[in-house]
Amino acid sequence: MRMLCFAKRNFKEIIRDPLNLSFLFGFPVVLLLLLSAIQANIPVSLFEIQSLAPGVAVFGLAFMTLFSATLIAKDRQSSFMHRLYTTPMTPVDFILGYTLPLIPIALSEGILSYLLAVILKLEVNIYILLALLYLIPIALLYIAIGLLCGSVFNDKQVGGICGALLTNLSAWLSGIWFDLDLVGGAFKRIAYLLPFVHAVEMERAVIVGNLGASLSHLLWVLGYGVVTLVFAVLLFLRQMKRG
Amino acid sequence: MYAIETKNLTKQYKEVLAVDGLSLCVEEGELFSLLGVNGAGKTTTIKMLSCLTMPTAGDAFIFDKSIRDEAAAVKSMIAVSPQETAVAPALSVRENLELICGVHGFSKEKCAARVKEVSELLGLVAVFSRKAGKLSGGYQRRLSIAMALVSEPKILFLDEPTLGLDVLARSDLWDIIRALKGKITVILTTHYMEEAEALSDRIAIMKDGRLLVCDTPDRIKEITGENGIEAAFIKIVKGAGK
Repeated sequence: MRMLCFAKRNFKEIIRDPLNLSFLFGFPVVLLLLLSAIQANIPVSLFEIQSLAPGVAVFGLAFMTLFSATLIAKDRQSSFMHRLYTTPMTPVDFILGYTLPLIPIALSEGILSYLLAVILKLEVNIYILLALLYLIPIALLYIAIGLLCGSVFNDKQVGGICGALLTNLSAWLSGIWFDLDLVGGAFKRIAYLLPFVHAVEMERAVIVGNLGASLSHLLWVLGYGVVTLVFAVLLFLRQMKRG
Repeated sequence: MYAIETKNLTKQYKEVLAVDGLSLCVEEGELFSLLGVNGAGKTTTIKMLSCLTMPTAGDAFIFDKSIRDEAAAVKSMIAVSPQETAVAPALSVRENLELICGVHGFSKEKCAARVKEVSELLGLVAVFSRKAGKLSGGYQRRLSIAMALVSEPKILFLDEPTLGLDVLARSDLWDIIRALKGKITVILTTHYMEEAEALSDRIAIMKDGRLLVCDTPDRIKEITGENGIEAAFIKIVKGAGK
């Protein structure tokens, strides 16, 4: 009950911000339409809709980090969190309350991306539903990064780190916009040591029904997700204890 | 049983002794003010009493419940209105109040009754559906206090409730705080001496974490031989520094 009330509040705070909505729904639409138009004129295999749509759906989830980190950082700075610390809310209420409302938001971004992709001739099959399901662990990873950053940085720092740095890093190191083989070397090795490219390749494998290939990528995403979440919870509890 | 009883309450931050062996009692229904210059230990005392930070030594009891060992029970009896207007900006006045009812586990019926009662008491009915972030400073402060009151606390901590408000908004808030006297225990911190004098049953003056005086405004003036509480405060604090 306590957690749900808090989660409801967080959901409203996020979706009532017009800037958040433009990031959430504007970016995937613009990117899919623009890159599909480029693909129509200059065919590039990377921008074929079965490769592009999973990439855009995953890239959109990077904004979950920005949303959660900004909300937490603002709550910390405005004393709103202090007020809530003096209520019977438990640490579990806080962590779930900040995490859960972002899952439907992340899914709605994924649904929009794949719906538009279907209009742009993505084959309709059961794997689209599975791809949506696979977005959940990726969303949890990005939310955990947000929880972690929001517990450590103020809202201005969060804007720079999560809004600019993370979205760019997750774009460059994900193989969405260019083939990592084109750069190769250390860049590619580093990219494959991080979860972003695995998240994209997992989605790409699922959307074409190659579930076997998606599993190893899923392990990378889950591994990073769990480790990040543990760190995020520890840091959140630390700042909670500090008052 | 006292509403608040502190026993040798102490808080040390590395080299800084923020609160030094504070021992005092507050009666139920009393309006009790904590006065002191910056760094006197007022905010740290409130943070300890509201279970936001653990004492380094000593203990405090809220209606006999220890802030060290029974934090959950203490939290169910208190509410804090922080110095900054701690409201959810994208939520309406009604939604902010309902949120606090929700985190206290109130039923739907009780929540509706409390929201109605508190918004009438604080004069928030006219702005009931407006987003908190769009309200004036005075209304945001009222909402902040309403959010503390809606949970039916036995003890309300008001940290600088009128800071930055214009004369009329301050006067309105004074009326609201006066209306609470005798109904719940109020702990007020303020830098405005006239505010403490006008509202308080008793005043505690702190300096460098230590309690210098704890008495009624009239008695404090009598002890110091001053006519106003501000002059008495200056005399006590400067006297302690010698």
